[in-house]
Amino acid sequence: MSAPFYVSPEQLMKDRADFARKGIARGRSVVAVQYADGVLFASENPSQALHKVSEIYDRIAFAAVGRYNEFENLRIAGVRLADMRGYSYDRRDVTGRGLANAYAQTLGTIFSSGGEKPYEVELFVAEIGATSPDDQIYRLTYDGQVADEHRFAVMGGAAEVVTAYLTEHYSDGMSLEQALGTAVAALGHSESEDRVIPADDLEVAVLDRTRTQQRKFSRLRPAVLEQMLGERSAPAAAAPGPEGGSAPAGGADGGDPPVAPPIS
Amino acid sequence: MTDPRLPAAYLQPGTTSFADFLAAQAPELLPERRALPAGQAGDLAPHGTTIVGMTFPGGVLLAGDRRATMGNLIASRDIEKVFSTDEYSAAGIAGTAGLAIELVRLFQTELEHYEKIEGTTLSFDGKANRLSALIRGNLGMAMQGLAVAPLFAGYDLDAGAGRIFSYDVTGGRYEETGFHAVGSGSLFARGALKKLYRSDLSQDEAVTVALQALYDAADDDSATGGPDVARRIFPIIHVITAEGGARLDSEVVADAADRVIAGRMGRPDGPQAPITGGDAR
Repeated sequence: MSAPFYVSPEQLMKDRADFARKGIARGRSVVAVQYADGVLFASENPSQALHKVSEIYDRIAFAAVGRYNEFENLRIAGVRLADMRGYSYDRRDVTGRGLANAYAQTLGTIFSSGGEKPYEVELFVAEIGATSPDDQIYRLTYDGQVADEHRFAVMGGAAEVVTAYLTEHYSDGMSLEQALGTAVAALGHSESEDRVIPADDLEVAVLDRTRTQQRKFSRLRPAVLEQMLGERSAPAAAAPGPEGGSAPAGGADGGDPPVAPPIS
Repeated sequence: MTDPRLPAAYLQPGTTSFADFLAAQAPELLPERRALPAGQAGDLAPHGTTIVGMTFPGGVLLAGDRRATMGNLIASRDIEKVFSTDEYSAAGIAGTAGLAIELVRLFQTELEHYEKIEGTTLSFDGKANRLSALIRGNLGMAMQGLAVAPLFAGYDLDAGAGRIFSYDVTGGRYEETGFHAVGSGSLFARGALKKLYRSDLSQDEAVTVALQALYDAADDDSATGGPDVARRIFPIIHVITAEGGARLDSEVVADAADRVIAGRMGRPDGPQAPITGGDAR
């Protein structure tokens, strides 16, 4: 083997960043939207088994785009960290900030170590508090940067287009139905057209502070989504009107406990 | 933790069991890894006493009295001995309270950990078997007087019915039909349950039967606490149905307990079971 050519650190980092960014942009977007009772995650994901959004702990959820095997690894490590901390101290001592910090350090170390390929992932770690202003969404990028996001956040796929749509249509204090409608319309939006994404191809989960259970994470099954989204026309510019008090009484498939209706 | 990074072992694919992960990463946190000096330790720590469980159409309930004893002393009059272990199951503990509560906490984490990592819940038998394994680890301490004997109950979504499992100190698990009781007052509670239990009880009736059984246990066993009328401390009752499990509101239990107590004012020994089969004489 001949001696390696000199590569400037700037170039090395740039190459690694380009590599990671390319991998992340390949998939579909994931959006996180704050609404009155918590944080909603939505993604176009036809697979019912390979999740992009998952539960980490009582009030903490995880969403990711990029390489499945890499973010799945990070997710499991996060669950282990949270459960370990909750078991050795108390459930309240598990915080989103601590978890985001651990992810940031891990991703940062992997990104800057020459021996390893950088992770092609981007993550959201969200934590809900007692009230909406206490809710946190952290964005973690492949190089270990952490950003504190407010109102909504988009990653992966055509993130700019989706962000632009949400900037225009997002409003504070939305109900769950409104937030869902807006998020799903944003996912289907592109410069050329507005698609209607079938409910079966959506992966939607919420951190809902109105849940009576200690664990606030809950998935919304396609049957529930169908009902909540109501009639959607192709140019789904406006969020479908609130379905009122007739919030779904629970997953028809019986898989998940029912989601408490939003307080109106 | 000095290094803020996720430890390498956390990032390794592997076990879905939290207890196994704990054994590898922080064995000192496992209840079973504690070495005791030789000798009996049974009187050193509070003991929990009576737990009753019973199924009814569409669900199952667990009820526990509120007393913990240490030898001849009452260590606590408002201890909680029935815990939700996940959405569809609960465990009531008898035996050494400290160890049992720790064991239940580990079991709760175990179930939740599996659910989060695998994205699906364990089968009901799977849960019962995991609890077996955790109890088995405590055998050494059980032989020195620090036994843990839980009663595990839950709603089996596959079977569509409530189920109850009892355990011995070696981790042996036994499925019980209809009803069961564990702990020092269990003999009396079981006697009462035998006479009062029917397979077609409604949930409210089952709650009353559980309170009657605990009353009888407290009546004859000094380590079981009866309803504390002065302090308004009543048993804890956890009900699990297809919709999930929840601890019964303390007001609801208090009302039911008041009715049981009122009945006992007239008949201190409790309701009279009808004598059937009298014709066969």
